[in-house]
Amino acid sequence: MTERDRLQRLEDESVHIIREVAAQFRKPVMLYSIGKDSSVMLHLARKAFHPGPIPFPLLHIDTTWKFSEMIAFRDRMAGEIGFDLIVHTNQDGLAAGINPFDHGSAHYTDVMKTQALKQALGAGRFDAAFGGARRDEERSRAKERVFSFRDGQHRWDPKNQRPELWNHYNGRVRSGESIRVFPLSNWTELDVWHYVGANEIEIVPLYLAAPRPVVERDGTLLMVDDRRFRFEAGERPKTRSVRFRTLGCYPLTGAVESTAATVAEVVAEMAAATRSEREGRVIDHDQSGSMEHKKREGYF
Amino acid sequence: MGGERVAPTASADLLRVLTCGSVDDGKSTLIGRLLHDSDLLYEDHLAAVRKDSATTGHAGGQVDLALLADGLVAEREQGITIDVAHLYFSTPRRSFIIADTPGHEQYTRNMVTGASTSELAVVLVDAARGITTQTRRHSLIVNLLGISSVVVAVNKMDLVDYRQDRFESIASAVRELAAALGLPDPVCIPVSALHGDGVVEPGANMAWYDGPCLMEHLEQVDAAVHAAGASGIVGGRLRLPVQLVIRPDHRFRGFAGTVCEGTLRAGDRVRVEPSGRTTAISRIVTFDGDLEEASTGRSVVVTTSDEIDIGRGDVIVDPAHPPQRARLMTATIVWMAEADLAVGREYLLAQGGQTMSCRVAEVMGRLDVDALESVPAAAVRLNDIATVTVRTDAELIFDPYTQNRTTGSFILIERSSNATVAAGMIEAAAPAAAWEAVPGATLERQRSSISGAERAARLGQRPATVLLTGLTGAGKSTIASALERELFERGRTTVRLDGENMRLGVSRDLGFSSRDRSENVRRTAELARLVNDQGLIAIAALVAPSAAVRERARELIGTDRFVEVFLDPPLEVCRARDRAGLYEAAERGEIRQFPPVSAPYDKPADADLVLDTSRLDVDACVRAITAWLEAGGFIGSAETPEP
Repeated sequence: MTERDRLQRLEDESVHIIREVAAQFRKPVMLYSIGKDSSVMLHLARKAFHPGPIPFPLLHIDTTWKFSEMIAFRDRMAGEIGFDLIVHTNQDGLAAGINPFDHGSAHYTDVMKTQALKQALGAGRFDAAFGGARRDEERSRAKERVFSFRDGQHRWDPKNQRPELWNHYNGRVRSGESIRVFPLSNWTELDVWHYVGANEIEIVPLYLAAPRPVVERDGTLLMVDDRRFRFEAGERPKTRSVRFRTLGCYPLTGAVESTAATVAEVVAEMAAATRSEREGRVIDHDQSGSMEHKKREGYF
Repeated sequence: MGGERVAPTASADLLRVLTCGSVDDGKSTLIGRLLHDSDLLYEDHLAAVRKDSATTGHAGGQVDLALLADGLVAEREQGITIDVAHLYFSTPRRSFIIADTPGHEQYTRNMVTGASTSELAVVLVDAARGITTQTRRHSLIVNLLGISSVVVAVNKMDLVDYRQDRFESIASAVRELAAALGLPDPVCIPVSALHGDGVVEPGANMAWYDGPCLMEHLEQVDAAVHAAGASGIVGGRLRLPVQLVIRPDHRFRGFAGTVCEGTLRAGDRVRVEPSGRTTAISRIVTFDGDLEEASTGRSVVVTTSDEIDIGRGDVIVDPAHPPQRARLMTATIVWMAEADLAVGREYLLAQGGQTMSCRVAEVMGRLDVDALESVPAAAVRLNDIATVTVRTDAELIFDPYTQNRTTGSFILIERSSNATVAAGMIEAAAPAAAWEAVPGATLERQRSSISGAERAARLGQRPATVLLTGLTGAGKSTIASALERELFERGRTTVRLDGENMRLGVSRDLGFSSRDRSENVRRTAELARLVNDQGLIAIAALVAPSAAVRERARELIGTDRFVEVFLDPPLEVCRARDRAGLYEAAERGEIRQFPPVSAPYDKPADADLVLDTSRLDVDACVRAITAWLEAGGFIGSAETPEP
């Protein structure tokens, strides 16, 4: 078995899952976070239905605090690939001025991501929503199903999940209930990078190292992406060669110092890495098990 | 941490591993040890575990490696794993996906879930405790799910002073167990997950052991062979279940699916089930260009040379080796719901794109994990493994599970909650019961020249069948005799069909399985129909425990001349009347499939008459039945005997 065969095996399994959703559900939607995992998932969806178009829309929850390069990339991809894109922002949160600087990462994430997502899923009456999460990302994810059942309030109950046998996925839901689907469940971060390289999948340039204006705060490198950035006393942006292992809201996403300017160089750098990718996310460190609490509430 | 991390490109191969062991076998610790000693942990993950070890860990101040495997907050606090966790790691030789499944008996369903996608199983045995019921259960499930590659890790060798004799005695017990299950000899490896001996490094304590360490074995075992074995693929018979039709415009119509056995080539002649139509594969279409061939595991889109109707649930197959098709199958099921299996109730059966209504027609037995044999079952409960017959509303296209894991398996879904309630593995198409047998096409019913009216005029009665149903000791035979006597005294003509008499003659070849009981009812009903056709009144006394079977008897005889009488005294009364001691014998397991002790009795929901024979004496019961017959115009009253 070669490396290529192993990626092929992962691809075949994911394509099977994506097709199963298109076949079983009335109205699926694919969450599009613009990150590398989303880019891989989008690529797999194109493969699943080729030569036909992707038979469901993509949904981006826009907190208004994403890196500006992400938004530009999103809109360009929608045009080039030609998928149906829904962009949703929690207008109540926006009107209330909820932001990551004043309201803390937990409250901000709840309002602008979790609540926004529930609004969008409810408004679209979607009965299945694809997410790009992988089981290797975080400990509570390791127990997640490929088809993850959510009740009428979008809640995840880890004690009440459907057993998942062979590849016979049970996507049956009653009105109001839904399934979150994770076609990349069995991929690792390295698999994603290898696949991006092997398939020449375009990703947001922020994943590759470049000189960028950053400030160092509590050991985290934050990029000054626009004028809304709040400097603390004594902080000055410095230009350093950095890249991002994950992408999200820029005030909550830490960069790593790097000179890896190509996918191959990123993979080589990862081989020497000793820290996991979610470490750059402020959200996971609130308390141990915090991701699990968020998932119960409906976070993706 | 420390040392160099491995080059990510080097691990090309993928092996899916199931780990199973009892709650206290130290399974999570072993997995943590595999990750830890292979230098496969990220520093921040390890730091989080160090922090949690201090508050919730159970390793007495040391870093609790089990916390690396145990994910959810609640179970970390309880110190047990409660669900299926998937863990990923790579070494220079191989990538691994570990399905970590819980050891507690109550969670068998999770282990079955993990096993359904695994290629190799690591079964943990505690060196101090040896083989337990859990070990037997896990080995049984591993075998049942078709995983032929098994490694037994004899853990906690530190607790037995790393003694060779202790390991050898467990290894020998393991071989015995494997032989009893019909498994090839598993590889046994002595380890101490807590201290690391035998996991990744041999350690200094077991110089007497010269076999491979666990990790070494996992890296070297032939994955290709085991993957094939795990897929249950016996040959190259093409199986492509169709997931959906890709039809972007009128020019293109392709069929998407994953090849689950065999190799598909452009130009191949194929057959489409269930239509049976044959066609040729024109193209194998993928995003990256057309393929000449696609082998097992590939997700593809194919087009065909003929415009034939193909849809989700159809299967494209090798015309020389088609799968089976049936509506009645024998299967082994693992029950996964809190509520018991309801025999005769409608469930949904799903296998890939094939979804249909089904009923479990019969429970043949439950697997006793200790005895490793099938025992009678009055009910199928959570975590039970049962052999059953399943009747579907439409034909299911399938292969036996031992030949193909995908086309040989199914799930059952409960209709109101949509919960997945069972995993099923198909054994074979079941021979249709005699109820379904179709008489030869040349046979013709020979009519009588005597009309029903002539018979009624001669006999002074209209024919009917009285079925007396109820448990042993309910009074069926007693009341049948008394009813026969009463009708005889009134000048009526009857035939008494007592179940026990049936079994002394017409049904002497039958036992007491639900299938045989059903056949005994069928024969009795056929006789009742014959004597009814001759104008006589039939009195049948049978346990007839299945509501579905009683319903079929009613249909066979004719609803308008069938009377169902349910004799329903309290169970204690039945037991007290049981001088032969049948209830006690059934409880001791000496008599099998005895309702309601070790087989179900479906109480009639809408019997024509319900008589509590503990409160009504025999005469009162007979009066109730004759009154019913009088009211129906089958017989006249005692004063004017002819209707």
